Amino acid sequence: MIEIRLHGRGGQGAVTSAELIAISAINQDKYAQAFPSFGPERRGAPVMAFVRLSDERIRLREKVYHPDIVVVLDPSLPTIVKVTDGLKEDGWVILNSHKDEKTLREMLGGYQGKMAVVDATKIALEVLGLPITNTTMLGAFLKATGLVDRKYLEEALEHRFGRLAEKNKAAMARALEETKLYT
Amino acid sequence: MGKKVAKEVSIAIADAVKLARAEVIAAYPITPQTHIVEHLSELVANGELDAEYITVESEHSAISASLGAVATGARTFTSTSSQGLALMHEILFIAPALRLPVVMVVANRALSAPISIWNDHSDIMAQRDIGWIQLWAENGQEAVDLVIQAFRIAEDRNVMFPTIVNIDGFTLSHVIEPVILPEQEEVDAFLPPFRPKYKLDPRKPLTMGPVGVPEIYFEAKKAQDEAFKNSRKVILRVWKDWANRFGREYHPVETYRLEDAEIALLINGSLAETAMTAVDKMREQGKKVGLIRFRLWRPFPIQEFRKAVAGLKVLGVIDRALTPGGVGGPLGTEVRAALYNAARRPRVVNFIAGLGGRDITVEDFEEMADRAAFYMKKRPKEAYETIGVRES
Amino acid sequence: MGKDQGMMPWKEVPFGLYILEPGNSAEFKTGNWRSLRPVLDREKCVKCGTCYIMCPDMCYDQQDEEGYYLVNLFYCKGCGICAAVCPKNAIEMVIEEV
Repeated sequence: MIEIRLHGRGGQGAVTSAELIAISAINQDKYAQAFPSFGPERRGAPVMAFVRLSDERIRLREKVYHPDIVVVLDPSLPTIVKVTDGLKEDGWVILNSHKDEKTLREMLGGYQGKMAVVDATKIALEVLGLPITNTTMLGAFLKATGLVDRKYLEEALEHRFGRLAEKNKAAMARALEETKLYT
Repeated sequence: MGKKVAKEVSIAIADAVKLARAEVIAAYPITPQTHIVEHLSELVANGELDAEYITVESEHSAISASLGAVATGARTFTSTSSQGLALMHEILFIAPALRLPVVMVVANRALSAPISIWNDHSDIMAQRDIGWIQLWAENGQEAVDLVIQAFRIAEDRNVMFPTIVNIDGFTLSHVIEPVILPEQEEVDAFLPPFRPKYKLDPRKPLTMGPVGVPEIYFEAKKAQDEAFKNSRKVILRVWKDWANRFGREYHPVETYRLEDAEIALLINGSLAETAMTAVDKMREQGKKVGLIRFRLWRPFPIQEFRKAVAGLKVLGVIDRALTPGGVGGPLGTEVRAALYNAARRPRVVNFIAGLGGRDITVEDFEEMADRAAFYMKKRPKEAYETIGVRES
Repeated sequence: MGKDQGMMPWKEVPFGLYILEPGNSAEFKTGNWRSLRPVLDREKCVKCGTCYIMCPDMCYDQQDEEGYYLVNLFYCKGCGICAAVCPKNAIEMVIEEV
């Protein structure tokens, strides 16, 4: 079973990202679960969402405490939230940032593990015209982990966003190209 | 057979209400039930569900309008949580006494204060005595199945009692997971239209709800209680039919790896799934631990429950509600009472855990099983213990 | 008290305590504890129907062939409202003979 934790700020779409990953996996005939961790429902407040992916039925409803993958939608979050908390040793941290590897590793308190980085805010602004990074970060997630098929993610985007799906697919595609992997 | 789809459980529940061809929905939105009734209002507004959606100004009105609707012979659904359920309180007693089979989903949420939108069972446990049939779902599939079954059970002429399906707020209501929605024809074959023997009809007037003078009140309540207890026969029959049609079984008391267990944990609701993972883990370590859940909470399945626990040494009952100053949580107190005169009974240890959205983790379940094991040799001193509270 | 007034075993309690015969309160005699009875003076009565309108128990709902309002003593409790409101003082309350 793979466990994913997404960090974002209210309004950035962390919950939607989690849902889209789970929906894609279920449509791919896997078992999956996505759920939010609701705090005060306020735009800008740090929020988390969780995903579990498995080949077998999932019987677990606790929050994700030991993620295999952490996705951070907001560049400023690592300075106020310990995003690597509980991360498994060979896990991935997937970040939205324009900073270089060394700076980021320092920001994460000397983190030595696998890292995927994309400037998702820039891509989102250029492609969507809005700093909403959730669908862009799905591209980085896809590139780093390959845990769901691109086809199913695109279908899920189409279903969720309707006429706005094309732009979101384009943002995801650009992140797929531009994401840098540090392993 | 229906196809497996990825759905938020709340949306799946609304779809199940649509499949059941509900004719009236009267509801007031409250977190975390909101997505259910929002989706139903969309289905009605889009013409996908041919029902009357009554927007009301409070939960008190929601349940009152629901009773009026079902009294006229319309299949009726409502849903609420927490303070909303509490606001319905006085009307909730009237529904079963007047034999009005409304179906309600309660997305369980803590009661204030402190204000909490998160999950526990304090809302429904404060409504144990209302006389409704009460069922618990642990996952999205069960929520869908139980909602469809609830209409058939409630509306059966040998039942005619309102029915609540409990789902955990957020930990179930807001989860996206795979769910099989039955086909419309399958549901139609399972669930006949609602045809009550008596209904409010100006062409054939009758009186519902006359005064019960002291000479008749007690007899009326006795008749209600006996009819209520009898509803279990229909519930069992409906579940058998469901298993034959859909291959998914339901029992008044559900058990997991209980065969040779010495210790069992008991918890209602979706966190029972986390408990299953904990049981699997402890079994791998050679611990003889099992799990029990009430699927049917009212009427209380006393025979099935006594049978399930007869071989145990200790039963750890996990309450997700507090009875301040009481002799245990509501579940623990009832379980002890149910076993007091039983020929064979385990020692009962009562834990209070997971209040106001506090997570109960696999580790917490292991800790409770270990504490239960500790009490195999030693009687617990306290009526209950709290688990997961910071001491320092 | 008889069965019709509620004294029945619980197994015979009607479903949901419903009352299936609409308007069955008409069967209940309420006129048996009257201490005063209204008596109409047909010389004074102008058949205006005020007694019919004002009687709280609808006791004056019948008229004879000449149009006089008739009091239904099955229900009349002897409250005296009819006598009090009669514009012609045509109704007198007299002691009920037991």
